[in-house]
Amino acid sequence: MLTLEGAEIAQGGFRLTAELSVPEGARVAVMGPSGAGKSTLLGAIAGFLPLTRGRILWQGQRIDTLAPAARPLSILFQDHNLFPHLSLFDNVALGLDPSLRLDPAQRQAVLTALDETGLSGLEDRKPAQLSGGQIGRAGLARVLLRARPLILLDEPFAALGPALKRQMLALVGRIAGETGATLLMITHDPEDARLLSDQILVVAEGQASPPAPTGALLEDPPPALAAYLGT
Amino acid sequence: MTRPAPALLKGAAALVAAALVLLNLGALGAVAWRAEGGAGWGAADWAALRFTLWQAFLSAVFSVALAIPVARALARRRFPGRGALIVLMGAPFILPVLVAVIGLLAVMGRNGLLNDLLALAGLPRLSIYGLQGVVLAHVFFNLPLAVRLLLQGWARVPGEHLRLSAALGFGARARFRHVEGPMLARVVPGALAVVFLICLTSFAVALTLGGGPRATTLELAIYQAFRFDFDLGRAAMLAAVQAGIGLAALLLLARLTLPEGRIAGLDRDAPPPPGGLSKVTDALAIGASALFLLVPLAMVLIRGLPWLSDLSAGVWWAALRSVATAALSTALLGVFAGVLTLMALTRRWPEALGMAALTASPLVIGTGLFLIVNPWVDPAHLALPVTALVNAAMALPFALRALLPAARRAEADFARLSASLGLSMAAHARLVLWPRLRRPAGFALGLGAALSMGDLGVIVLFAQTGGETLPMQMHRLMGAYRSGESAGAAVLLLALSLGAFVALERIVGGRHADT
Repeated sequence: MLTLEGAEIAQGGFRLTAELSVPEGARVAVMGPSGAGKSTLLGAIAGFLPLTRGRILWQGQRIDTLAPAARPLSILFQDHNLFPHLSLFDNVALGLDPSLRLDPAQRQAVLTALDETGLSGLEDRKPAQLSGGQIGRAGLARVLLRARPLILLDEPFAALGPALKRQMLALVGRIAGETGATLLMITHDPEDARLLSDQILVVAEGQASPPAPTGALLEDPPPALAAYLGT
Repeated sequence: MTRPAPALLKGAAALVAAALVLLNLGALGAVAWRAEGGAGWGAADWAALRFTLWQAFLSAVFSVALAIPVARALARRRFPGRGALIVLMGAPFILPVLVAVIGLLAVMGRNGLLNDLLALAGLPRLSIYGLQGVVLAHVFFNLPLAVRLLLQGWARVPGEHLRLSAALGFGARARFRHVEGPMLARVVPGALAVVFLICLTSFAVALTLGGGPRATTLELAIYQAFRFDFDLGRAAMLAAVQAGIGLAALLLLARLTLPEGRIAGLDRDAPPPPGGLSKVTDALAIGASALFLLVPLAMVLIRGLPWLSDLSAGVWWAALRSVATAALSTALLGVFAGVLTLMALTRRWPEALGMAALTASPLVIGTGLFLIVNPWVDPAHLALPVTALVNAAMALPFALRALLPAARRAEADFARLSASLGLSMAAHARLVLWPRLRRPAGFALGLGAALSMGDLGVIVLFAQTGGETLPMQMHRLMGAYRSGESAGAAVLLLALSLGAFVALERIVGGRHADT
């Protein structure tokens, strides 16, 4: 279980508070108006922004004092998830060994992850030679390889078309299922939420609310979410 | 997010910083210490100050004013050789000053091409020595720089504005008022300031084409006070004034936005350029600037190449010393720039420190170092290492200009990803920073090597007969009116400078793009 206890992030005039927990294995869509702090929330959980107050716990262990890489999670950003000068293989392999010194078993694991994400045969390509969908898959291949119990998605598929995005979400669902990971995914699209998530976490008016079941929330949204969705 | 810098890097940065501060302030202090007061600020010193400011002002105005039509023509015309011409515009930066001076003398000197033509026409011969020669040489070096700076301005005009002005049927006047004028108002002050600043510390040009009470820069006056009169009081005072105006100019410059080193968007599709008279003026601007830059260089080659096989042993030894100096200087530059770049990712001061050298005067530093080492070692023994050190410090601002934007961009794009994957500082440097920095690093080191190879500055204070570098040897040959052999040495120096630049840019920078 991921728990945010009296957590507060303050930056300049901006302030976000969170008092919530996410059960293990849950798939949570993070929704809310632009600028409400969805990315800020994920950034704090991932360790890029310090908490000004409160704690973050995973399975009862405090994680907000750990370096980003030491936290039990993988994160995909909107952009820049791959290093443009490294091959696809190296980009994915960074998930196993950040200094890229792999033994044969690790190399095999990388190839397997590429295979499972439909990227076989593209190992030597640079990101510039890949399509948007392939870049998305590559990020997910690394998430799969790292097999951390928590996956944070900061809209990595926002630039893809609807069909491709559905494919990616299906792949995310499969990976989360295989590894039993807990998923936090920022999205603007209620369809994405229906497709993949069982709960929605609303970020609005400086506050991150505890996740509530997707169906019920979308049927009867609270005022902030209703205003955002335009329903 | 910021990562704490490792202790090793912090230590190295502190050492580099201490070395640079000592080099600048320590040298100035040493000169002041030995100045023994006394000497007053005389009429000749006023003249040197006036001349320094006046020639820098004229050089800046002429360089930028002449650059405007050339940059505009290059921006809106497409013709074979355009790319090569733009590359050539970058070349004077790595061109040794004396090579250009020899080229200009071959064209406009007493027995140059131009004066021969004038004489044929029965007109009096013009003299290149004095203010006009100094400004001419500075324009030769800085016109291309100004063209490149202004080209960036043109390249940044949004394509929509160009298409819009074509769609609305703007004439030359309307186009200037709505599109080009506002852009120039932003870019020209920065370009003027850069050229002015570069010309403030002019030494080699003034040494060869200036001189005399009417055409002596402060730098040259420092050299003369030191070398001919060994008047340390005067040298110190001149050095303090030189340092003062350099600092004032730097403060002025810091308020202006400086153009960046890279030119993007030059090859986009522009709307069809205006025809009519502007076609003729554009062709004239391009043709005249190309001739102005190419003819002197061609003259160096024409006069110098036949001499290559007849160069005396002294020239070859001088060349060897130049190569050794440039190698040491480039290594030092690599250490300075590397450490400061890494440190600048989390702190502001390394950048300011590196840029401070932009106004530092090599002659001031050289004089100070001479005084510091003189009681202990014969300065002549240290001529090459000291020259290498000063050259590295002088090239540092340019190296940082090339490296820092790339480093900051790499950090902004990928620091979070590196942190989330747990890359150590070493792995981050090896896998992320280096691949993204090796191209600017190759450029910076190549530039540093070429600048050091062609430098005629500190060395003249330290070296005795038999210890000359190649530029210094060339100066000796010119002074002895051995113009043929000096042209031969110029070809050798040109080859060494260009060779060092190209080799480092290729080897360090890597052959293919890194994206």
